[in-house]
Amino acid sequence: MDKGRIREVIAKRVSQELQDGDVVNLGIGLPTLVANYVPDEIDIILQSENGFLGLGPAPDSDDIDMDLTNAGGQPVSIKQGGAFFDSATSFTIIRGGHVDVTVLGALQVDEKGNLANWMIPGKMVPGMGGAMDLVVGAKKVIVAMEHTAKGNHKILKECSLPLTAANQVNLIITEMAVIEVTEKGLLLKELGPETTVEEVIAATEVELIIPESINIMDV
Amino acid sequence: MAKIISIEEAVQLIKEGSSVMIGGFMGCGSPHSIIDKLVEKGTKNLTVIANDTATTQYGLGKLIATKQISKVITSHIGTNPETGRQMNAKETEVDLVPQGTLVERIRCAGAGLGGFLTPTGIGTVVEEGKEKITVGGTQYLLELPLKADIALLAGAKVDKKGNVYYEKSTRNFNPIMATAADLVIVEAKEIVEVGEIDPNHVMTPGIFVDYIVGGGN
Repeated sequence: MDKGRIREVIAKRVSQELQDGDVVNLGIGLPTLVANYVPDEIDIILQSENGFLGLGPAPDSDDIDMDLTNAGGQPVSIKQGGAFFDSATSFTIIRGGHVDVTVLGALQVDEKGNLANWMIPGKMVPGMGGAMDLVVGAKKVIVAMEHTAKGNHKILKECSLPLTAANQVNLIITEMAVIEVTEKGLLLKELGPETTVEEVIAATEVELIIPESINIMDV
Repeated sequence: MAKIISIEEAVQLIKEGSSVMIGGFMGCGSPHSIIDKLVEKGTKNLTVIANDTATTQYGLGKLIATKQISKVITSHIGTNPETGRQMNAKETEVDLVPQGTLVERIRCAGAGLGGFLTPTGIGTVVEEGKEKITVGGTQYLLELPLKADIALLAGAKVDKKGNVYYEKSTRNFNPIMATAADLVIVEAKEIVEVGEIDPNHVMTPGIFVDYIVGGGN
């Protein structure tokens, strides 16, 4: 799979997890693409942690308004029925359990549902932004990422990088698999469109629970 | 009653070594004119409290580029590589705080609260050195209030009593910071007469605002 197809597979599969009426926060990068694949009949409300509900797509260049940006500082739009608020209200929504689903990228994720996605000591220290609050507060936490990084495992027995949050991840969606975090460990639920069980096992550091029959992603 | 002052007078109020809250999120809703004037004046050794450090060319990131900030308390520096470089070179102290915790610490200071309990950061480096309190079987971190000498904010419309109306996503940290600093300066895109902002639309009551500066953009 080329990069574009990998991103499409992941974003499309994540979009299938969303229910009509869900309040959803999409992280910067790959998770943002999920909005492009939400079926027309499903109406979700995107939350932007800088202070509004009803995040819409980037406007045409004529309509760019630097007073209306997303959490990455990029110009966006707001949908009809949306609402603006301050940052304390934004994190009341986030921390208070009013976000149904948050989708984030990861550097590492492990079998306990621990997530590391905010720093590599001595190298990259962007900061956690709103991620720590989102992962703790959202009802469902989906990690959307490429299965490996330059051949290195990202789904581990135990995260080695500083954690974003402990025991909060519910679902891991990659181009190779859908994996659920359960109390007994990581359960392989679906395979990617061009993937075998053996390939997933080889690309995953931690031992997976493999059911007798596994569906193929419908992407 | 808030007082209208010039931008030159506004930056005179910011002394070397001051702690300064700056409103905005990636520069959206930041007091850009005051920042530019502060860059020009070159006031140093500032402790800045803000959501992020934007970029070297936009928002308060310009003050990072000119090395006027000795310490920054913030949730995200990833969009301004210079902040990361200064942190790694130990030129600037960077205290990273989860965004929801940052805004709530500021809210606590403004609301006269002694702190708050949050589940955010449990099991991470954020919990280091903090008291943990269990309530109803859930573990929380005790986070303490955060205040500043000065808050530099930006509003779309500010009336002459200091009532502020913010436009679109510019509100973010501004109304919270307005409550938590000894001196509050709001840069207005438009200064209007008292009565021109419907009281229903006032987002920061004028009692919080000390000075208004025109010429916001």
